[in-house]
Amino acid sequence: MSWATRILKAGRIVQDSPAMPASTVSPPTGTRASLQIRHVDAGSCNGCELELSGAFSSVYDAEQFGARLVASPRHADALIVTGVVTHNMRTALIDTVAATPEPRLVIAMGDCACNGGLFRGGYGVAGIVEDFVPVDVELRGCPPTPDEIIETLRGVTGR
Amino acid sequence: MMALSIALAALQVVMVLLGAPLVIGAMRQVRARLEGRRGGGLGQPWRDLRKLFRKQQVTPEGTTVVFRAAPFVMLGSTLLIAAIIPVVSLGSPLDSSGDFVAVVGLLFLGTVALALAALDTGTAFGGMGSSRQMTVVALVEPTILLVLFTLSLRVHSANLAAIATGTLANPAQAFSLGRVLAFASLVIAIIAETGRLPVDNPATHLELTMIHEAMTLEYAGPRLGLVEWASGMRLTVLLVLLANLFFPWGLAPGEPGAIQVLIAVAAIVAKVAVLAMALSVGETFLAKLRLFRVPELLAGSFLLGILAVTASSFLPSAGR
Amino acid sequence: MKRNHTGAPVASGTATATLGVLGVVVGLRAVFGAPLRASIGWLVPFAGLRVDVDPLGGAFMALTGAVAAAVGVFAIGYARRERWARFPLVALPIFVLTLLVVPAAGSVTTFLFAWEAMALTSLALVLTEHHRAEVRSAGLFYAVLTQIGFVAILVALATLSSAAGSGTLAGIRAAAGDLSPALRSGVFLLTILGFGSKAGLLPLHAWLPRAHPEAPSPVSALMSAAMVNLGIYGIVRIDVQILGGGPRWWGTTLMVVGAASAVFGVLQASVSADLKRLLAYSTTENMGLIGMAIGASMLLGASGLASVAAIALAAALVHLVAHAAFKALGFLAAGSVLAGTGVRDLDRLGGLARRMPYTTTLFGIAALGATGLPLGAGFVGEWLLLQSLIHTPQGDNTLLSLVMPLSIGALALTTGLGIVAMVKAFGIGFLARPRSEGAESAREASPTMLVGMALAAAGCVVVAVAPVALGPVLTRVATTLPSVGDGHGPKLGAMLRLPGAAGSVSPVVLAAALAVSAALVLLLARWGVRARPAAVVRPLWAGGGPALTPRMQYTATSFAEPLQRVFDDVLRPDTDVAVTHVAESRYLIEKITFRTAQADAVEEHLYWPVVRGVAAAARGVRRAHTGSIHLYLLFGAVGLLVAIVVGR
Repeated sequence: MSWATRILKAGRIVQDSPAMPASTVSPPTGTRASLQIRHVDAGSCNGCELELSGAFSSVYDAEQFGARLVASPRHADALIVTGVVTHNMRTALIDTVAATPEPRLVIAMGDCACNGGLFRGGYGVAGIVEDFVPVDVELRGCPPTPDEIIETLRGVTGR
Repeated sequence: MMALSIALAALQVVMVLLGAPLVIGAMRQVRARLEGRRGGGLGQPWRDLRKLFRKQQVTPEGTTVVFRAAPFVMLGSTLLIAAIIPVVSLGSPLDSSGDFVAVVGLLFLGTVALALAALDTGTAFGGMGSSRQMTVVALVEPTILLVLFTLSLRVHSANLAAIATGTLANPAQAFSLGRVLAFASLVIAIIAETGRLPVDNPATHLELTMIHEAMTLEYAGPRLGLVEWASGMRLTVLLVLLANLFFPWGLAPGEPGAIQVLIAVAAIVAKVAVLAMALSVGETFLAKLRLFRVPELLAGSFLLGILAVTASSFLPSAGR
Repeated sequence: MKRNHTGAPVASGTATATLGVLGVVVGLRAVFGAPLRASIGWLVPFAGLRVDVDPLGGAFMALTGAVAAAVGVFAIGYARRERWARFPLVALPIFVLTLLVVPAAGSVTTFLFAWEAMALTSLALVLTEHHRAEVRSAGLFYAVLTQIGFVAILVALATLSSAAGSGTLAGIRAAAGDLSPALRSGVFLLTILGFGSKAGLLPLHAWLPRAHPEAPSPVSALMSAAMVNLGIYGIVRIDVQILGGGPRWWGTTLMVVGAASAVFGVLQASVSADLKRLLAYSTTENMGLIGMAIGASMLLGASGLASVAAIALAAALVHLVAHAAFKALGFLAAGSVLAGTGVRDLDRLGGLARRMPYTTTLFGIAALGATGLPLGAGFVGEWLLLQSLIHTPQGDNTLLSLVMPLSIGALALTTGLGIVAMVKAFGIGFLARPRSEGAESAREASPTMLVGMALAAAGCVVVAVAPVALGPVLTRVATTLPSVGDGHGPKLGAMLRLPGAAGSVSPVVLAAALAVSAALVLLLARWGVRARPAAVVRPLWAGGGPALTPRMQYTATSFAEPLQRVFDDVLRPDTDVAVTHVAESRYLIEKITFRTAQADAVEEHLYWPVVRGVAAAARGVRRAHTGSIHLYLLFGAVGLLVAIVVGR
């Protein structure tokens, strides 16, 4: 089956959007539905990364709410930090947040980033995200499901 | 009438300025729909621009005036191109001051400005993006010159209005062998110059695969907004050139009436929309080429350009 | 030998500059007024010195003089800083004098005498730092190739002179119509070889990239911006003016030579990591473009298309002036960099924008001119050349239909690669951060050096936005040339117009419009300014890794590496990888050494085989040197017999 036939057969894959959640934080610069996100892996098991890529896939499609992943923190408004903060990634996390222009948000995603989760107290762990950079939004879960991720993002983008 | 042509030139500039983010939005929407998603909507790039202009201006340490001035050179040269080329009408006041050689030169002035800004940051990624972009430019600029030369051979003039008028006067020649080859060559050149698939992936996050994105990694806030806007505008003016030099029907003459202007506006919007969406559909089916395969593609398009010029020279009567 | 004579550099530089101004005045007078004629019998043995400056010679004198004026002012500060010895200080004005006499020469002997004097003084100046081995080797190379070129010119002019029965150029021109086509073609080929070598055209160009980097920078500037022009002068004088342009294959040959030189030169420039070598190869490139333009003019003239031929000739002359301006500025700026940092390797420069802002800006102007982009000095000449190729009517002329597209392809390829070379030179050499201690401790140029560079920059700006200044000179020169004399050349006003052809461009309007656009963008950038937080300066992001060192930046070699890969078959770089293993185990590596060198492909594949062949032939002849006096007497007697028989 060729690509063209596959595309026509699949049609619309994205699920119907659920109801609009309450707004948690006002969108950066006051522009609704425009959130560029830079993902930082401070030392995660990659479970959250899989769910995050699922959130941006064709089924959940976070882009329809104005969120987009970008390559450089200088292009970003929000930083999604996954995983507990390890010793090796401590300075990198601080530098990445410092490189982001204001107004900026830090979203701690997953139990590890919020309170250490499974890896709390480990020898390679320096702390949780809040210990090093101010966190604006917390997203609990191990890992949080794409629906929860979408809900949190919509709470920020306002769409 | 001077005032009318100046007003039309201003209209062209405003159309390209306001329309470029919509072109980018349309391309992203087509991509999204083909992937089965809903996408951010046509107005997403506009929202992103509005937000970028309200963000903090961050200047990296160690950069010079080149880094700070490059977005202005990029956007300024593109606005000038939008004023010169026939977008809506054939009677641009700058048409006699700038022909296709000048337009191509202005386009690459913008490219050079961004490449120098990337080198100015002194990061490895900036140098890498600049080096790769210059390698692409070395092969794309000759191709674009060759294609425009093919088009000007018939009318013996390099001024763009004359080229468009020539095609309008001889519709039969619009599908001659030389023109078809030139069209194919120009499409590949545009894809390479604007950094679309298969030459460069505009949405990549892997620095080692970047060409254009690598040059903008240090830009933030308003300057990033200017650079992104300029990139969108460069794609738009190249698509406008592609549309109006090869299919100039709908263009208003030098001193048009109101109806003709409206028709011309609708025509160019339709043409650019069709070309942009076709480009986007093509992108969905293509994967990015390995970097060292890209010169092969560009050499192929250069060869097509040479063939186009030779065909136009050697086949005078057959679909001249 | 470096001494500190504070007065001598001033005297030398002032003398050079004064000679330059004199050359401009005399040259322009000859262009617009009556031709200048003088004959001094005793100055040159046997034939006397004969000076006959017509508009063509006057134009070249004026151009040379302008370059010499800028270089002279620069040399005051440069020679003082570099502590030149007495000999180069004396030789510099003499070199300029010979440069001015060559276009003024009215007879064959004067011309050859001045040509040789020019070659010898320039050789002496190239060998200023003869204590270095590379300089001596470059000097030898230069001397050999110059003499080969001189022999070709000598044979050509001597044949021409004896066949025409006159020793003066005017006399030869009068009798040129009676010469046989075989003789004319022979002279044409010899002049292409000889004058082409001086101009830096293939195949005898290899002295340029060797001699220019080793010569002191003011000398390099004079050589690249004034001396190579005289190669073009020779071709125009002999082949276009005196021999009248010739049949079509002449123009085609010159176009092929020019196109090959242009593409090869710019390719070598784009992969060169030495700043002065890059500029030297850029000279080959631009001379190739000028050769292409003259060849196009000859071809079109011979095909009966006089007005288009006039456009091509105008292209050649405008580009000649533009090249003189931006190349002189480029070499003077490179000299300023060398004097301020002691480094000319682009891989070890960088970060000069902060410590040497004026030199950086001035080199930027030169680099913009060399790229041929709008607002640069090289734009007008390139535009005119493209126009001449566009306006060639195809008709049934197979040769033109074949030559024009291919030459457009070559021209387009040259401009593309030229952009890469100049972005590399400016971006790596002057921006970002210093890559070596020399670059870190850079010193800005002294005031006279800056004034000299500013003069050259003024020339660049004039050619870029106000080519109207060149218009009158161009028309006067064109009237003296036969095949384009009747054609109406392009009108260089505020707008460049091509009468009889549809084409126009206006650099000054474009510049003004670009300024307006930039102002508009400044307004646009104010969108949302009230909602913005305060602007800040932050450390580089650079991928979030550890602190950046200057060694992590791209170098000129790495910048050009993708391009080198693409053109690998033409460039054939010499790459060597040496792996040193740990003594105890072959599986562990102690050190890897990577070495790459870029040689000139023409030199490798043309010169050395010829040299080896000549050496082998010489070894063969050496077998006749047996040492027996009887055999030598026999050789002498046979030779005498042959001479008597032939001379009878």
